[in-house]
Amino acid sequence: MIRQCFIIFGCLALGELVVWLTGIPIPSSIIGMLLLAALLQMKAIKVEWVKGMSDFLISNMGFFFVPPGVALMLYLDVIKAEFVPIVVATVVSTVLVLIVTGWTHQGFKRLKD
Amino acid sequence: MELLQNHIILLALTFGIFYAARQLQKWTGWIVLNPILVTIVVLIGLLKLTGISYETYSEAGGYIEFWLKPAIVALGVPLYQHLGQIRRQFLPIFLSQLAGCIVGLVSVVGIAQLTGASRETIISLAPKSVTTPIAMEVCQAMGGIPSLTAAIVVTVGLFGAVFGFKVLEVWHIKNPYSQGLSIGTASHAVGTSRAMEKGETYGTYASLGLILNGLLTALLAPFILQIMHVL
Repeated sequence: MIRQCFIIFGCLALGELVVWLTGIPIPSSIIGMLLLAALLQMKAIKVEWVKGMSDFLISNMGFFFVPPGVALMLYLDVIKAEFVPIVVATVVSTVLVLIVTGWTHQGFKRLKD
Repeated sequence: MELLQNHIILLALTFGIFYAARQLQKWTGWIVLNPILVTIVVLIGLLKLTGISYETYSEAGGYIEFWLKPAIVALGVPLYQHLGQIRRQFLPIFLSQLAGCIVGLVSVVGIAQLTGASRETIISLAPKSVTTPIAMEVCQAMGGIPSLTAAIVVTVGLFGAVFGFKVLEVWHIKNPYSQGLSIGTASHAVGTSRAMEKGETYGTYASLGLILNGLLTALLAPFILQIMHVL
């Protein structure tokens, strides 16, 4: 357990360090994720060393964002004031992402077949 | 009401409501009753009713929110496990992700600009398609309102989970790999859980879309928003 925590928090800490040193506008957690994947790929660490912790974190990811979601109560007036832009932009853009991603991937698959 | 301000009690309430909401979804089988959304709505109602401020709640909620960052780092494990698959089909997967990511960012920012959204709202809308922890980090890094992003992301996820497969079928995207990938790209974890129900292939490709679009959005959002004069 301690080793699992050390690996995950170690990657996150290195991510924080990279952000602090370079000032790039990329979340430290994303850098940590890439680092973890790279360490696994280089066989520097084994999957079993993090598996329990990572499975726990991933399967409960949804729960972790309940508290930040509750902060919504502070922005109810923003949503009311900008209801149309928020809803139209969100729905149209989501449909576009679905179609564009699907078409591109399916098109390539057809080319190959 | 003094007692309700106790951190432990607020934490127990959060766990309890989420558990009940999850059971409720299991019984009814309604995707719309997303436990995350239900818990947020119930908690907001409860706080308003008892007059507990968000600040008080967030002191307790901080203990839960803290785990968001390690959870994103943990996604490195499935990313590593999918590396072989990604490498074998690198071009189709990468290009469709890139196209989806760019179209998603440009369209949501463009439409929000045209319909007169404020700068903060535009930034908060930008990472709408990616999983909440990543979206909130991206939003925060660019100066938006992370909790507004969280609410929008959950809504987008629900939309994708409920209507995603219908949209894909209407537009003749029928191959399971492409369907899974699109659902994960557009509607992250909520869509992925729906794809998992449809089958292992859909689910695996959806989680691939979830991870890759999260990554691409985190990397590209700041630059695209700069080009579009938002930042």
